[in-house]
Amino acid sequence: MKVVIMGCGRVGAHLAMLLDEDGHEVTVLDHDSYSFRRLPPAFKGRALLGQGLDHEALKKAGIEQADVFIAVTQGDNRNVMAAQMARHIFNVPRVLCRIYDPLREEMYSNLGLESLSPTTVIAQQFKAMIEK
Amino acid sequence: MYIIVIGGGRVGYYLIKALLSEGHEVLLLEKDPTIVQTINDELGGVSLRGDGCEAATLAEAGTSRADMLVAVTGDDEDNLVACQVAKHKFNVPRTIARIRNPANEELFKKLGVDVPVSATTIILEAIEAEVPTHPLTHLLKIKDSNLELVDVKIRADSGTVGKTIKDIALPRGARLALIISKSRQPHVPAASTILQADDQIIAITSHEAEEELRAALQGG
Repeated sequence: MKVVIMGCGRVGAHLAMLLDEDGHEVTVLDHDSYSFRRLPPAFKGRALLGQGLDHEALKKAGIEQADVFIAVTQGDNRNVMAAQMARHIFNVPRVLCRIYDPLREEMYSNLGLESLSPTTVIAQQFKAMIEK
Repeated sequence: MYIIVIGGGRVGYYLIKALLSEGHEVLLLEKDPTIVQTINDELGGVSLRGDGCEAATLAEAGTSRADMLVAVTGDDEDNLVACQVAKHKFNVPRTIARIRNPANEELFKKLGVDVPVSATTIILEAIEAEVPTHPLTHLLKIKDSNLELVDVKIRADSGTVGKTIKDIALPRGARLALIISKSRQPHVPAASTILQADDQIIAITSHEAEEELRAALQGG
């Protein structure tokens, strides 16, 4: 599958590596080239410098041909906006995004975005570990 | 009206001042406590500290009874999310968002922002209107339709001077509404009306037919 990942932080870089290892065609987009240090030397995908909310940068990243778009920058609102761009402007078949704020995550998930709140997931995990 | 403004930068500050002086009930949401303090010292308790994208802050602000929410922070993504939360969680009837990147206008409209306002687009339109060589000026987009009101100037050297309206092949979806001439009172064009140099024509057209309308009135 062709995958575009926006944000090369710890999650973005790690996900890029995993998908690359599985043989997917991965492009990672970040506005800071220093972030690409997180990608392993063996990474065969593309690392592209650019603003994820910019139409041109997204097109360069190959969003028009992408099967999957994933937004994992630090900003909830950036992720939400990029995900909605991918879905409504570029018609990417599968769009996922990270939203830290559980309330916002719930709302966008009700609006049909495939989203995940690390806040909720980690809190639940810890709770389960403590109560085990 | 009860109007909530998100973002206490310069746009937000002058906006709430103007809205207050028009007698509206206004609340400004701003993240930076020093800005909140400064505004409240000057204008009374009209400003609340908080993130306008967070449902909890919006609930505290009484957003469910707001008639309008205006998001004017410097970031397009924050303005979009504030409007979407207001729309979907609090059923605010009307949302206005400031946009920096004019390319975002289409997306914002699709996602339920009632009025995206782009300073770049407004300045471009002002330039169009000011530059005399530009034959077609956008006056107004008609809400919830694909139609716009435009102003076309007939230059002295254009091929249509001296022709009647019925001789001009107007594109489908375009209608001439009014002619403003130097020599006459403004009049509604009829089939027999003769176009003169420096006539100013107010027309309604679909977005697609705009260029064809300009060409038809300019004589190619």
